[in-house]
Amino acid sequence: MTDWQWFLVDVFQAMAAGLMVGGTYGLMCVGLGIIFGVMRVVNFAHGDFMMLGMYAAYYLVTYFGVLAFLGPYAAPIVGAVLAGPLVFIVGWLLHYALIARVTGARVVSAEAEGHYAQIILTLGIALVLANGGLILFGSTPVSVQTPLSRQSWEIANVLFNQAKAVSFAIAVACAIGLYFFLTRSSLGKALRAAADNPIAAAYVGVDVDRAHRFAFGLGVGITAIAGGLIASTQSFQPYIGFEFVITMYAGVVLGGMGSILGAFWGGLTIGLVQQMSTLVLPYQLQNTAIFVVFLLIVFFRPQGMFGRVWERT
Amino acid sequence: MAAALRSSPNGHYAAIAAFAGAYLLAGFLVRNSYYQWIMTLVLLWATMGLSWNMLSGYSGLISFGHAAFFGLGGYTMTIAFVQFGVTPWLGIPLGMMVGVLAGIVIGIPTFRLRGHYFALSMLAYPLAMLYVFEWLGYQEVTLPRKLEAPALYAQFLDQRVYMGLALALVVACMVVSLHVERSRFGMSLLAIKQNEPAAEAAGVNALRWKMLAMMLSAAMAAAAGGLYAVAHLVVTPRDLFGVSASAQALIVALFGGVGVYWGPVIGAAILVPLAEILHAELGHIVPGIQGVVYGLAIIGIILLAPDGIYWRVRDRFAVRGRRGPVPATPRTASQPEPADSAPSAAAPGMASGPPLLRLDGVVRSFGGLKAVDGVSLAVAEGAIHGIIGPNGAGKTTLFNVVNGFLPPDAGSIAFAGSELSGRRPHAVCRRGIGRTFQVARAFPRMTVLQNVMVGAYAGAGTDAEAMDLAAAALARVELAEDAHILAGGLTTRQLRLMELARALAPNPRLLLLDETLAGLGHEELDEILQIIRRVNRDGVTVVIIEHTMHAMVKLAHKFSVLDHGKLIAEGSPSEVVREEAVIEAYLGRKWVERAQHPVA
Repeated sequence: MTDWQWFLVDVFQAMAAGLMVGGTYGLMCVGLGIIFGVMRVVNFAHGDFMMLGMYAAYYLVTYFGVLAFLGPYAAPIVGAVLAGPLVFIVGWLLHYALIARVTGARVVSAEAEGHYAQIILTLGIALVLANGGLILFGSTPVSVQTPLSRQSWEIANVLFNQAKAVSFAIAVACAIGLYFFLTRSSLGKALRAAADNPIAAAYVGVDVDRAHRFAFGLGVGITAIAGGLIASTQSFQPYIGFEFVITMYAGVVLGGMGSILGAFWGGLTIGLVQQMSTLVLPYQLQNTAIFVVFLLIVFFRPQGMFGRVWERT
Repeated sequence: MAAALRSSPNGHYAAIAAFAGAYLLAGFLVRNSYYQWIMTLVLLWATMGLSWNMLSGYSGLISFGHAAFFGLGGYTMTIAFVQFGVTPWLGIPLGMMVGVLAGIVIGIPTFRLRGHYFALSMLAYPLAMLYVFEWLGYQEVTLPRKLEAPALYAQFLDQRVYMGLALALVVACMVVSLHVERSRFGMSLLAIKQNEPAAEAAGVNALRWKMLAMMLSAAMAAAAGGLYAVAHLVVTPRDLFGVSASAQALIVALFGGVGVYWGPVIGAAILVPLAEILHAELGHIVPGIQGVVYGLAIIGIILLAPDGIYWRVRDRFAVRGRRGPVPATPRTASQPEPADSAPSAAAPGMASGPPLLRLDGVVRSFGGLKAVDGVSLAVAEGAIHGIIGPNGAGKTTLFNVVNGFLPPDAGSIAFAGSELSGRRPHAVCRRGIGRTFQVARAFPRMTVLQNVMVGAYAGAGTDAEAMDLAAAALARVELAEDAHILAGGLTTRQLRLMELARALAPNPRLLLLDETLAGLGHEELDEILQIIRRVNRDGVTVVIIEHTMHAMVKLAHKFSVLDHGKLIAEGSPSEVVREEAVIEAYLGRKWVERAQHPVA
């Protein structure tokens, strides 16, 4: 093959990797998108809930091997999916104990003051989770063992890592499941109503605080599943959450803040950007590329994010 | 603060000097070099907290990215030293310059954002820098020992020298913060924090003050970073640009007290030793204990005392001296108003002279909705001009276009002969247009006098002048008695009067009043009507939006009627209320017939 054919293969390889990674990023962003969309809360600790999901999968699958009976192929997948409900409970409790005090219908429509308390509270939670993780889990990077991560399918010279491909498929399946949950079930509809107009939702009988608590648990749970899936494709340590916060926000902002399923496409795009950037940038700068894209989105598409720039005078 | 503007700052200097002296003494008594290092760290993080407070504490824009400046300061010094042999005595100022430059480059785009968008964007900068510095190969840089001339390269065996340097830095930052707090600068930032649109409309150039705050803040953080690197001798991108550096700056400031220069010092003095000692004692068992301490501290403070320890303690112990009314500048005894005086047909300047304000074909759309659709009108100098129309007619949007909140899509706005469209609100205010808001926009945590002073600066050169203008404006609206009440606790009447005084303070030629009478009782309404009339007689032209028709008929010389963004009628009040189109717009077609054939 000629040079440019090889270059083309590289491009396709990066695209394939971007799509596969982007699927899990998309799911991760959907989790954050639910929380922002429903509660208008900037959850700074979101990356750390993802980290909890990673460790949940790690302990279930590799460390304690509780799921060993499922065999080396199914166990990592089941472990990732089980991370969801576990982290859901953690998120539900944290919302009940702490976050509810600075959020709720009262704050949703409020200006800066309310957000201020929220972002700082969730920053505190992020610090406690990340450093508490360091205490509980240690600082040595770990990963979920699966034979898939060392195997690839090859299609026209382009390699598809099997662990990433499976993660992609599960992430897409979860996102589709969530889509049907939000559009078909009455609980999902209540959530979307609370997202759209919390005050009107309260008037028609939606318990907004309960909806928020469920949404927070659901949001972090979904992201924990994404974390569990990523856990079998890369190694991680308790501080990984901070690196992913910007990645996730980039996806959510790109998809349109408040649009829960738009977040999936946003995350997918961010995955593509990250992997494609390796074609032109050094490997270490792929996260810098994401931050630059994030800043560009925030600066040049603000109308999609603020709604109105000036509040009503 | 207004009172503080006049009181002498000597008490503050004495307190800072006492703190510095005591700290220095304690530092020289401590023999253990580890404790000396902790004492240095307290000061460095106090500086970082002051830096954070300078931008975020005063202006309310939460920054999650102060590590960017800390890291740039540290790395500039380090690279200058290691690669070019530049002494840190020059390297640290160089780092501060780089920091300020970065502050400007970051500020220009980022100040367009607010709330969490600002916070998250600020987080992205240091993280992006972190990876760039790692990629450049600066994973871990050690400062070389200069044994031949250590003092020339700021290398001292005695840790206490570093402590002294850090103390000098923190004292400098405290003094700068004190000066900012007690000046127009600090008051403008506080006004921006509490209500940015109102501050802009009152003549505050928000962008300029925010940028100045960013530059000062960046210089402080960069100095702290440079000194940290000198004292620590080893720098890594994770230490300098990592999230924990940004978070600690924010946490010491919020924990100690936000928006006051003692706050970060108190916060650092409590949290840094706590975290360091726990880390030293328990670090081998529980490695992340420092982060947990900071995290729990900030969770606790935001739930229990969201403004920080300083304010909580002060609120508990300080006896709030209630000051009397401001010494009102002698005002010519208010002439008794002829009650309910109908506007005379020969209102001042009605017929003669060019209009003070002229709108020509002004259009403003929101998506497909034309909120203001080709409005042309002229406001005569000296008139009271009423703008009426049903809800959603585009009245407030028209004001927002005139005072610069919204640029018009088409058309021109001429004020006293010069074009206004395209100017920002503070510039419009400075040309002599004051405005009030439909929903009163106070700066709730400032006193009435301070609120008015923010507006007065638009017409004043010095603090004293602003003070006099503010006192005069309060006297004009008969609110001097309440000058020292916090605006957060005002009644609707007081709020309306305070907004009116804030708009009047720089002596504007034109006032835009947006539903100033809404929500008032009958007597209060009469009181404000009289004040508006008096202000108008003093030569201020008034454009007023109002729904209370009977009040408007008594007040205004001329009506312009808007409906669906279009001007549908114009003329004297008595003519306009009889016009068919007006009745239809307000009441519907059915009523037009009734009005024409009144049933006896």
